[in-house]
Amino acid sequence: MKRQVYLDYSATTPVKDEVLQAMLPYFTQNFGNPSSLYSIGQEAKQALEEARERVAALIGANVREIFFTSSGTEADNWAVIEAAESRAKKGKHIITTKIEHHALLHSCEYLEKKGFSVTYLDIDGEGFVDPALLERALTDETTLVSIMFANNEIGTVQPIEKLAEIAKKRGALFHTDAVQALGNIPIDVRALGVDLLSVSAHKIYGPKGIGALYIRKGVSLPSHVHGGGQENKKRAGTENLTGIVGFGKAAELSARDLNAHIEKLTELRNYFLDKIRENIPDIQVNGNLTHRLPGNLNVTFKYIEGEALLLLLDLDGIAVSTGSACSSASLTPSHVLTALGVPVEMIHGSLRFTVGDFTTKEDIDYTVNCLIKNVEKLRNISSVSKEKGW
Amino acid sequence: MMAMLYNDKVIKHFTDPHNVGEMQNPDGEGIYGSPVCGDMMKISIKVEDDVIVDAKFKTFGCGSAIASSSVATDMIKGKTIEDALKITNQDVLDELGGLPSIKVHCSVLADHAIRSAIYDYARRAGKYYAGLEGFDPNADEDDREHGCDMENK
Repeated sequence: MKRQVYLDYSATTPVKDEVLQAMLPYFTQNFGNPSSLYSIGQEAKQALEEARERVAALIGANVREIFFTSSGTEADNWAVIEAAESRAKKGKHIITTKIEHHALLHSCEYLEKKGFSVTYLDIDGEGFVDPALLERALTDETTLVSIMFANNEIGTVQPIEKLAEIAKKRGALFHTDAVQALGNIPIDVRALGVDLLSVSAHKIYGPKGIGALYIRKGVSLPSHVHGGGQENKKRAGTENLTGIVGFGKAAELSARDLNAHIEKLTELRNYFLDKIRENIPDIQVNGNLTHRLPGNLNVTFKYIEGEALLLLLDLDGIAVSTGSACSSASLTPSHVLTALGVPVEMIHGSLRFTVGDFTTKEDIDYTVNCLIKNVEKLRNISSVSKEKGW
Repeated sequence: MMAMLYNDKVIKHFTDPHNVGEMQNPDGEGIYGSPVCGDMMKISIKVEDDVIVDAKFKTFGCGSAIASSSVATDMIKGKTIEDALKITNQDVLDELGGLPSIKVHCSVLADHAIRSAIYDYARRAGKYYAGLEGFDPNADEDDREHGCDMENK
């Protein structure tokens, strides 16, 4: 059988066996509704609360500050839309960045249609938001600042503590989308001083379909799903018990293994980059390499197009993603690489590799060999080259 | 896998494309697209007695752009100029056995690049072809389905 190499851990992760085993009883034996008063209901309730404790512990929050949602996207939508709308009397200005996930950007577009004004901060050539830019963008009308913790495409980690401090000085709430950061860098909501923070289970070896929003005690945020009294009356709907239990287990494992995880991924990523640099000419690494998610590598292979390279790698059993317009449903090139200042022709030739807990050195060696072969093949076919230029 | 989006023929022409390369002293050359738009195809042709006896291509682009370049150059080889000018995007698409709908624009490259190469040949050889009537190799690319947002902005 052909080797299968998964290098898209930022897209999603496989569920770890320990996580799956923890979840299984809650499908069949312990299937009770946590709102029910009899024993199997209360047992389910207990499992739910234990999971909440574990997720809270992973980010240094109090257990009462964690509210489960269906996804990171829902957490982002809830935080941004409800925070903005409930504070509209104070002001209708919010600030975010040009490199947010679409869960954030499209929530902002929704708010713009409702009469809010949104400032989209630029990033510098390394992939960072300059705190001075935020300081200048804040007005008396600004009620909310939302800046992602770590970027999903280039992995750069923003100075959240500093940014949150600036926002709060001007009386604005601070939200961060920490979906990519969770389980990949230490997060302590108290030290960061954030008000709202979104996370998701399927990026940390938990199941899909479960996320959470951290709402700092004292921050008012209206409910956005109306119904029963679940999630302290803030997010109605019978809880996704199996998902929540899985999220709890994944959070527990993540907290336990965080340092080893970071060390392993950083080493593999750097090994990977060294091998690419040694073997393939005319490449460019996109984004700062120091303040970056440990497993993320974003590389432009000049003179070729990313979807074609992705396809050849797929035929070799390797899964990666690209910022190329040709691979996206919208047929527009990556907004993140555009904001980073990467020339459009080079965005088309960019690939994102993200290594994870199950990646081995052999996987990297195999991938590098396939990259060498496939990049050369596509460069031979290409109508552009180093000699001819773009 | 990504490859599942494409049929076997497309994959074959993508992974093992025909007619890749450049030509010594071509009789005509045409380029269509740009790297900024994400795809650029260059076709070179050799012509004898109004018949395209050889065709080569070089393409910067996605899998379907490469596959359609391969198929299109196969299609024009051995054809008279007038017959080659009759090839439409749909013909290239049909020859490929179809593309995912979002990828259909890629086959448009080939049709335009062929015309550009023939236009160049006609100009050099001082010939007139009815099939080139109204064709402008430098015309805007706005007939392409996905256009090129970045350039038009």
